[in-house]
Amino acid sequence: MNVIFDNIPAYLTGFLMTLKLSLVSGILALICGLFLAAFRVSPLTPLRALATTYVELLRNTPLTIVFFFLVFVAPQFGILAPLGFWTAVIALSAYTAAFVCEAVRSGINSVQFGQAEAARAIGLTFGQSLSLVILPQAVRTVIPPLINVFIALAKNTSVAAGFATVELMASGRRLATANPADTVWVLVGVALFYLAITIPAGILAGVVERKVAFAR
Amino acid sequence: MRLRSTGLIALLSVSALTLSACSGGDDTEPEPAASTADVAEFPEGSTMAKLAEAGKITVGTKFDQPLFGLVGPDGVPEGFDVEIARIIASNLGIDEDGISWKETVSANRETFIKSGDVDIVVATYTINDKRKAEVSFAGPYYLAGQSILTLTTTTDIEGPDDLAGKKVCTVAGSTPEANLLANFPDTEVVPFGTYSECLEPLRNGQVDAVSTDNVILAGFAADNEDLEVRGEPFTEEPYGIGLGLEDDEFRTWINDTLEAAFADGSWTEAWEATAGTVLPTPEPPAVDRY
Repeated sequence: MNVIFDNIPAYLTGFLMTLKLSLVSGILALICGLFLAAFRVSPLTPLRALATTYVELLRNTPLTIVFFFLVFVAPQFGILAPLGFWTAVIALSAYTAAFVCEAVRSGINSVQFGQAEAARAIGLTFGQSLSLVILPQAVRTVIPPLINVFIALAKNTSVAAGFATVELMASGRRLATANPADTVWVLVGVALFYLAITIPAGILAGVVERKVAFAR
Repeated sequence: MRLRSTGLIALLSVSALTLSACSGGDDTEPEPAASTADVAEFPEGSTMAKLAEAGKITVGTKFDQPLFGLVGPDGVPEGFDVEIARIIASNLGIDEDGISWKETVSANRETFIKSGDVDIVVATYTINDKRKAEVSFAGPYYLAGQSILTLTTTTDIEGPDDLAGKKVCTVAGSTPEANLLANFPDTEVVPFGTYSECLEPLRNGQVDAVSTDNVILAGFAADNEDLEVRGEPFTEEPYGIGLGLEDDEFRTWINDTLEAAFADGSWTEAWEATAGTVLPTPEPPAVDRY
């Protein structure tokens, strides 16, 4: 137990890295995911095909393999991502964007088709009807699944521990080596720090959900 | 119960003595005779006597460490650690069939010893004070040291003094990583999951060097013509044999066995057959009877 309190600074360094990874990749994944979702419902077949291929490819590949590809395969084709933080951000946001896209798309589909037809009928373009009419309504259904995606992202950052990023899990491994007698408690500490990210995220989800709730 | 088990041990020792007497009389092969005789020599109730009577020993070793403990396609590990374990087993009178190999990785060695899953651990196991509080160590049977591997074309890294400002790859949570963090504050440590994963980033120029125990690096350098080990080892990693805490009788006996193996050349023989194929043969280390 004491091993956790004695090593708070080491935990905090890892925790901050995990937090930074989650936030930066989360924002990037949200932006890419929104565009992908727009592509997937767009009237243009090539855009739909592109987005569908991307989503099916990334969503059905284990995250570790995405990392492997970026770190060990891409360099053979001359693509050298800066090792460490940015490699992790690219892998995590590329992977999470596929899930964001699907969550957002399900939200868009939940808005009645008549809304889109009405928007087009009054002369709004595809982009306008999506951003002014459909997405504001879709957001409400999308919040809970999106928070799920971000909680998963926060935990997925631990995969980066094996790829030159010293985040919470890697800090935990260092502490476990330094304290062979207290390996279990070191890992309990790691789990607690993950909870410090994921539980507030869940609470936030509840608050936002109530804020945007509306009577149907 | 106590009476019965004492009786059983007595019976077993008597039969062991009788057997050894028999085999000493009519067996022409000297080796089994000698080992059976050893069984009778062990003090009653000692770990050695228990293992020898059972004719079985479970050895924890690494399964992925070239030159020390590497499992081939046939499922039997090969390497210097494995040979050391065989020397100990044969001195207990246990033959090849009686040894069961169990994979231990760096993180679970103490746990496996404490839970009794393995009898001894011979797995590039560095003796240090923190571990001594958890398990006992016999040996060392080899002194490794942390060293540096880099590309043959690299010109600005000749030894540990040149690591300042360089990116050095190692394994997350390993002792070499802890050494680098503690003693090379100006070096950027790049931790991966395994040592072999460090090689591609090294070739791509994403890291400048790889650092861990010289024996591991020597294995890589031997397999890859574009890589070489630079400089002298800059730490001392005494590899010991891990066993149950405070089993002093067993520890002393393993230490005696190791010293005998140092003296009669079987240690050198084991080295030359395994790690010695790519590394020079060192002098046997002095056993540390702490």
